[in-house]
Amino acid sequence: MSLNLRELSQRTQGLAPGHRACAGCGFPVVVRLLFAVARRPLVVVNATGCMEVVTTLYPYSAWPVPYLHNAFENAAATASGVEAAVKALRRRGQLDTHPKVVAIGGDGGTYDIGLQSFSGALERGHDFLYVCYNNEAYMNTGIQRSSATPQGARTTTSPVGRLQRGKPQPRKDLTEIVVAHGIPYAAQASVSHWADLARKLEKGLAVVGPAFVNVLTPCQPGWDYPPERLVEVAHLAVESRYWPLYEVEDGRYRITYVPREPVPVRAFLEAQGRFRHLLADEEAVAEIQRWVDIHWRKLQERVSRERERSPGA
Amino acid sequence: MTRRMGLTGNEAVALAWKQLRPHVVAAYPITPATQIVERFSEYVAHGEVDTEFVPVESEHSALSACVGAAAAGARVLTATASQGLALMHEVLYIASGLRLPIVMNVANRALSAPINIHGDHSDTMGSRDAGWVQVYARNVQDAYDRTLLAVWVAERARLPVMVCLDGFTLTHSLEPVEVYPDEAVREFVGEAPPDGYTLLGGEPITVGPLALPDSYMEFRRALAAAMERVPRVLEEGVRAFRQHFGRDLPPLVEAKGTEDADVALVILGSYADSAEQAALRGRVRGQRAGLVRVVTFRPFPAAALREALAGARDVVVLERADTLSGLGGPLGVEVRAALYGLPQAPRVTDVIFGLGGRELRDAELDALLRSELPGGVVYLGVEGAHVLEPA
Repeated sequence: MSLNLRELSQRTQGLAPGHRACAGCGFPVVVRLLFAVARRPLVVVNATGCMEVVTTLYPYSAWPVPYLHNAFENAAATASGVEAAVKALRRRGQLDTHPKVVAIGGDGGTYDIGLQSFSGALERGHDFLYVCYNNEAYMNTGIQRSSATPQGARTTTSPVGRLQRGKPQPRKDLTEIVVAHGIPYAAQASVSHWADLARKLEKGLAVVGPAFVNVLTPCQPGWDYPPERLVEVAHLAVESRYWPLYEVEDGRYRITYVPREPVPVRAFLEAQGRFRHLLADEEAVAEIQRWVDIHWRKLQERVSRERERSPGA
Repeated sequence: MTRRMGLTGNEAVALAWKQLRPHVVAAYPITPATQIVERFSEYVAHGEVDTEFVPVESEHSALSACVGAAAAGARVLTATASQGLALMHEVLYIASGLRLPIVMNVANRALSAPINIHGDHSDTMGSRDAGWVQVYARNVQDAYDRTLLAVWVAERARLPVMVCLDGFTLTHSLEPVEVYPDEAVREFVGEAPPDGYTLLGGEPITVGPLALPDSYMEFRRALAAAMERVPRVLEEGVRAFRQHFGRDLPPLVEAKGTEDADVALVILGSYADSAEQAALRGRVRGQRAGLVRVVTFRPFPAAALREALAGARDVVVLERADTLSGLGGPLGVEVRAALYGLPQAPRVTDVIFGLGGRELRDAELDALLRSELPGGVVYLGVEGAHVLEPA
């Protein structure tokens, strides 16, 4: 909770240099902050995806902690096994340390193909943190739509044509699905708000039981922005309320950052190429704005409902 | 001391698991393997074993969790059958590719469609090239023994092992089983040999990296070499087994009466008893018949089979799976491959029987052995000639 920028800059452990993430990629930020706030040894379990591909090209590895990649849809199930092994080995006095298991997956491995194994691991109550680096499409295979892709976004499987203008459906609200499991801690964060993200990762690591942090993590080739504007694009997602920053601790909702003067979602859309085809279509932009407004209101209602129920909180 | 108990195949496996005292069991129920997991959960619930039991939400997650636990350095067991094994298919290759000594009991069952819960070998035959050692039990005692042996072998060969027992004919049949004392089992399997490549060993190792064309082939060749070493590990394993429990387990094949046989039957699994009886009845009739039971199907015991079958005029492969390739069943294809090039190689008749739990009757076997063996592929006991007509 106390990490300031100077302290952060002194915690240098991160992915080793030489990994192959694109310039302007968001997930190295997430990993660096994860290491910065970790107080226990970590074991990382990673779903197949960009992160795995760019950090583990044999015979090199960018990981300074024990790391396991199994397959695409089973990071949470694999983490269950590691966590079970930690428990069993400790119980028999065969392990002195007490490592925390962290599973990391993209939105493909978390929202879609891995949702079953993720839900199963949450329901069983394993002691692990799951971090989703959510870049809103299947980027590793070359930018295909996922259920995290927002309405109107152009991907290679939701293209712009005469009959279809990008993805027809709005994105799925995975964070709420996770909250419905009744786990101790779930949060949404963004790479743009590093202190908020670091605090949420720290809380997620400290919880005993399952924790989830859904981090909006822009993808330069997938979202189509100049590499140096990574943080700015993510910032606009938050400032426009397109990606609210909030957390749910033991069922209690809290918006962790309220944009004082929210910018129109158009500003977020204009910062990227994936919505370029929409910008001239006022009605399409207005529809996305309505979706953003409705979801922000719903979130506020959850917060106030919670306040009414437990006035002291 | 050794106790004699009446146990079903599933109960015997669950008891073996308890005695093996795995760190982690991650499993999902499926007929006809369900009772293994049920019985083991009871052991856990009653505190009879201090295993971390992970009741996963699917077979895919079962094996995924096993991979995580084994990579962390735990002793890991699971069980499945049929569709469950098919759902695990992707992770089977990862378990062997990562050289993780996971032991899995498979209650052999037919594959859908049409859906069928009864025994045949379609499920494990679909996994035959996944880099797992595969052994097939003959009876409940054998299922118990082979499960104990499998852990010893897996941890020394650094390969996953499937111990297959026929659905219902073994999983649900009550047989007398000699059960070894817990301490004897503990002594036999001991602690796993030291391994510097576990996630919890203190070093920041990366397991499951990306390997491109410049390195992938070396990993796969090393895996093949590990499989080639398995017969030697098995030899040592059965020797240790004999020392601890006083029982002889044939490591690769079990041959009876093949020395002078004109006709040799080759079979996997529990129908070996029926086949052995048929060979004996042949002997009574004056037919020189013998039997080879293939115990270890992966790695394939080609040399042992050549040795046992070289003198026969006819080899009759009896098997409960089909490759659907026009070449017959997988065992027949591989027996032919093993015999290829032998001077005066025996004629091979590949008999596919018992799919989806269809009974094999003694009279059918006798009629087969009395007839002129045709070579090629025979589907035994299929009724309604129209199903065989080509279009």
